[in-house]
Amino acid sequence: MPAWLPTLQRKLLRDLWHIKGQALAITLVIAASVGMYVMSKGMLLSLNQTRSDYYAQHRFAQIYAPVKRAPRRLRAAALDLAGVRQADARIRVGVLMDVEGVVAPISAQLLSLPAGAQPAINAIALSQGRLTRERASNEIVLLESFALAHGLAPGDRIQAILNGKQRRLDIVGLALSPEFVYAISPGEIVPDSRRFGVGWMDDTSLAEAFDLDEAFNELLLLTDPDRSSAELISRLDQWLRPYGATGAYTRSEQLSDRFLSNEIEQLDVMGYLLPPIFLLVAGFLLHVVLTRLIETEREQIGLIKAFGYSHFAVAGHYLQLAGLITLAGIVLGSVLGQQLGQGLASLYQDYFKFPYLRFAAPLDVYGVAAGISMLAALLGCGLSLNQVLRLSPAVAMAPPLPPDYSRGARHLQSLLRNLDQPSRMILRHLLRWPVRAGLTCAGMAMAMGLLIGSSFSLDAMDYMIDASFNIIEPQDASVVLVEPRQGEAARAMQQLPGVLLAEPYRAVPVVLRHRHRHRRETLIGLPAQADLSRLVDADLRRVELPHQGLILSRKLAELLMIEPGDLLEIEVTEGHRPQLRLPVAGIVESFLGTGAYMEMGALNRSLREDHLISGIRLLLDPARSDEVYQQIKAMPGVAGISLQQAAQKAFYDTLQESLGTFTFFNTLFAALIAIGVVYNSARVALSERGRELASLRVLGLSRGEVSYILLGELALLCLLSLPLGALLGYALAAFLVHSFDTDLFRIPLIIHPSTYAYAALVIIVAATLSAAVVRRRIDRLDLIGVLKTRE
Amino acid sequence: MASSSATSSAFSTRSLCKTYGQGASTIHALNQVDLEVPAGELLVLLGPSGSGKSTLLNILGGLDAPSSGQVFYGSQELNQFDDRHLTRYRREHVGFVFQFYNLIPSLTARENVSLVTEIARDPMPPEAALALVGLSARLDHFPAQLSGGEQQRVAIARAIAKQPQVLLCDEPTGALDSQTGILVLEAIDKVNRELGTTTLLITHNAGIAAMADRVIRMADGRIVDITVNAERLHPGQMSW
Repeated sequence: MPAWLPTLQRKLLRDLWHIKGQALAITLVIAASVGMYVMSKGMLLSLNQTRSDYYAQHRFAQIYAPVKRAPRRLRAAALDLAGVRQADARIRVGVLMDVEGVVAPISAQLLSLPAGAQPAINAIALSQGRLTRERASNEIVLLESFALAHGLAPGDRIQAILNGKQRRLDIVGLALSPEFVYAISPGEIVPDSRRFGVGWMDDTSLAEAFDLDEAFNELLLLTDPDRSSAELISRLDQWLRPYGATGAYTRSEQLSDRFLSNEIEQLDVMGYLLPPIFLLVAGFLLHVVLTRLIETEREQIGLIKAFGYSHFAVAGHYLQLAGLITLAGIVLGSVLGQQLGQGLASLYQDYFKFPYLRFAAPLDVYGVAAGISMLAALLGCGLSLNQVLRLSPAVAMAPPLPPDYSRGARHLQSLLRNLDQPSRMILRHLLRWPVRAGLTCAGMAMAMGLLIGSSFSLDAMDYMIDASFNIIEPQDASVVLVEPRQGEAARAMQQLPGVLLAEPYRAVPVVLRHRHRHRRETLIGLPAQADLSRLVDADLRRVELPHQGLILSRKLAELLMIEPGDLLEIEVTEGHRPQLRLPVAGIVESFLGTGAYMEMGALNRSLREDHLISGIRLLLDPARSDEVYQQIKAMPGVAGISLQQAAQKAFYDTLQESLGTFTFFNTLFAALIAIGVVYNSARVALSERGRELASLRVLGLSRGEVSYILLGELALLCLLSLPLGALLGYALAAFLVHSFDTDLFRIPLIIHPSTYAYAALVIIVAATLSAAVVRRRIDRLDLIGVLKTRE
Repeated sequence: MASSSATSSAFSTRSLCKTYGQGASTIHALNQVDLEVPAGELLVLLGPSGSGKSTLLNILGGLDAPSSGQVFYGSQELNQFDDRHLTRYRREHVGFVFQFYNLIPSLTARENVSLVTEIARDPMPPEAALALVGLSARLDHFPAQLSGGEQQRVAIARAIAKQPQVLLCDEPTGALDSQTGILVLEAIDKVNRELGTTTLLITHNAGIAAMADRVIRMADGRIVDITVNAERLHPGQMSW
C-alpha cells in the first residue's frame, strides 16, 4: 500500500478487502441496474436519433393520401394546399411474386420510381446495384431484406404477375426504405422477409402495366411542422374525393412507423421499470452490510473518535466505503450497458431494417445512472451512518448488550412449544429483526417477480398464437382480390382440386366515428356461419354474428369509447361512399390489430351492393396445397395471398430470437439479485452469529446442526419469498400487459405454472449456491477463538 | 498402552506437544506434558497467560489436536479421532463452561439447557440442571434479562445437564466480581461432589486453588508444579 495514503484510507481499503465477497455482490447488482438503464435508455435515444436522421435524409412522407386514380397534374396543385411543403405522386400496387424454389406465391408491393432518379419523397437507400433506368420496364430494385432472404442479388431474375400478366424482371439493385424499417405485410404481426416482397419499378412502365398512364394512386406530402395535420387531412380527403380517396393518414399511422414507435415505447417502459428494482435491492444490501460492519467496528469507531476525529470524519469514512462500492458498480455497469446496448443494436438490426444503427448513449445517460445509483447508495447507508454519528466514544468502547429476545416472546410460546431449540432460534431471530428478514424475503421475491414478469411473455405469446392462428383464424391461406368481385369467385375457388373449403369475405375501408373520436378501419363482412375466421369472446368462446349492427374488437371499442347498444357512424371511403349509422351489437376479443365486423349479407345490403367479396379464405388439403398455389398464381384478379403456417412460423422465430435473448439476460439478472441478497444476508448473519454458532459446535452440535440454524433461517425466508415472488411476478406481468396494450397487439395475461416453477427454481438454485459458499465458512469456524474472545 | 490407562483415569497424556509456527519463530504452547487425571477429581490449572493451560484444556476437550504425543480419554486415543468423532465426543462426554458464558441470546435459560439435552443420550431434565445451580426461579428468562453470574450459572447448567463425564471450565469467573464468582464456583463444586463429574478448571486466580483436589501450575508449556490439597475448601469459605 503506498506510503502517501492516509491511515484512515488504508483502513478503508483493508475493510473493503475484508468484505470483498459482499462488496462484489453489491457492485454486481448496481452494475446490473446501471447496465440495464444505460442499455435501454441509450437504445431508446439511439433508435429515436437513427429514426429521425433516417427519415429526414430520405424525406419520409408525413402524410399519405391513397386514391383510386388521380391525374398527374394534381401533384403540382397539392403544393398550393396550406401547410404542404413538398408533394410527390406515385403508384403503389399489390402483386404476386414468384421466386424460384418457392411454391406458394408471395405477396408483394410495387412502388414507382421517377425516371432513373430518386423520388422527391420516400427516397430509398440503395445498398447494392443501381436505380431503374427510364422506361426500363423489366428492371426492378428489390427490398434488401426480401432479396437476401431468398438469396437474390443484382443480376438475378424474379417473376411477378403484373395485372394478370406474368413478367420476368431483372434485379438491378437492392435498397432499404424508411417506409419498410419494419417490413411487414398489412394484416401481419411480425415481419417475414421471405413472405413479403417490396420492389421499385420505373414509373412509366408501372403505369402502363396497370393502366395508370399520366395518373397516380398515392399522394405523399411533407408538411410544415407547425401546421395541424388533422386540418390538412380533412381538406385532402375532400379534395381527392372525386379520385376515389380512401382517406389520408399521417406518418404515425403508417404501418412500419407504428410498429417502430410501439417498440420504442416498450423499451421506454422497461428502461424505467427494471433499474429501480435493482437499485432498491442494492440500497438495501449496502444498508445491511454497512450496519454490520459498523456493529463489528464499534470499538474502533470509539477509539478513532477518542483520538479526536470528528463524528463526520468517521461517518465520511464509511460513506467512502459505500461510495467506492457504488462507483465500481457504476463503472462496471456503464461498460456492461455499452456492451449490452451494442448487442441489442445488432439484434434490432435483424428486424428493424435501418441502413445503420449505432448504439450511442450520450454522456448524460451515464450521468443520470451514476447520480441515481449514488442516491440509492446514500439512502441505503443513511440509516447506518446515523448509528456512527450517534456513537459516543465511551459507549463505542463498551461491548454492546446482548440483544433482548424477551419482547413479544410470550405470544410465541404456544407456537414454539413443539419445536426443537435450533428451530426456536430461527423463529426468534426472524421475529427479533423482522424488517431485515422482511427485506431479505422481499429481495428474493423481487428477483423472482422480475423473472416471471420477463419470461411470462413467452407463455402469453404461445396462447396468443394458438388462439389467433388455430381458433380465430383457422384458415390455411387468405387470398386478397385486386378489386371487389361477385361472389361466384368464391364458388369458383371452391371448385379447385385441393380446396376443402372456400369462404368469402368483404373488406370495406371506412372511417368510424363516435362522438369526437374517429378511426380509420377496415370493416369486415363475414358469412353468418364463418368457419375460417371466427369471432370469440375473452374465453375464446364463439360469438355469433348478429343480423344487424356491428361487432367491434375490445380494443377498438375502447379507443372509440363505445359500448354495445351505442350508435356508430360509419363513413365508407370507397364506391358510393355511403354514410351509415349502425348500432354496436357486441364486443369480441382479438389479440392482433383492431377489427369491426358485420354479417356479410347485412354489409352488402347497407352498401346497397350485390353480393360482392374482397377476398377468400381457404382450407386446403395439405397434400395438394402446392397444386392450389400454382392455380392461384395464374389467376389475374388476385392481389395477394397470405399463408397462416408461414405467418405462424415467422411469429415463433421472431419470438424465440428476441424474447429468448431477453429471458436469458433477465434470468441472469434475477439470479444475480437472488445471489446478492442471499449471500449478503448469510454472510452478515454469519458475522453476527459466528460466535454463537462456534459455541454450539463446542457444545457438541455437528456442522450440519449448526448450519441448520443459520441456513435454515435463509431457507425459511426463501420459501416465504416464493409465494410473494409469484404474486409480484403476476402483478408485474399484469402491469406489462396493461402498458403494452396497444391497437397493434395485446398480450393476454397468461402465466403457465412452469414459468412460476422456473422462476422459483432459479431463486432456489441461487440461494443454494450462496448457502453452499457460506456453509464452507461455517465448517471452518474457529472453535478455540470463540472461548477466549468477547464479542 | 490402553490397558495402562485404567478405567479410573479420566484423562491421560503422554509427551503431549503443541507448537505454532516454524523454524526460529516456533512457539511451544505445550512442551512434553504428561498428566493423569483420575475420574471424579476436581483439578485446578493455574498459570500466567501463555503458559499453555488453555491449549491443554482445548486438546482434552477435543477442540484442538496436539502436534505430537498422545492424549487418552479413558482408553480412547483422542488424537486418532476425526472431526465427526470429536463432535460426538464433545456431545456425549464433555461439558464446557466459557469465560464469556456464550449463551444463545434468542433462547431462554431453560431452552439454552434444552439445546444440549435434546441431543444428549441420558440427560437430566433442564429444570433439574437449573435447580442444581440455584436458578429455578429464572427458567423462562432470556440472557438479556439475567445478570452476569446468573448467565454463567445457566452456562454451567447447560454444561452438566447432559450428565457429562468431564466438565471443562476456562476462567468461569474471569468476567465476574468475587461475590458472584463464588456463587458460580459453588455450582461447579456441587456438580463435582454430587454427580462425580471430573472437573478441570482454569484460572488466573490462585485463591480458587483451595477448592481443588489437586492444583497444577503451568509455565512456558510445561507442568512446573503439582500440589495435592489435603482438604478441599468449600467455595464459600474462600476469599480473593
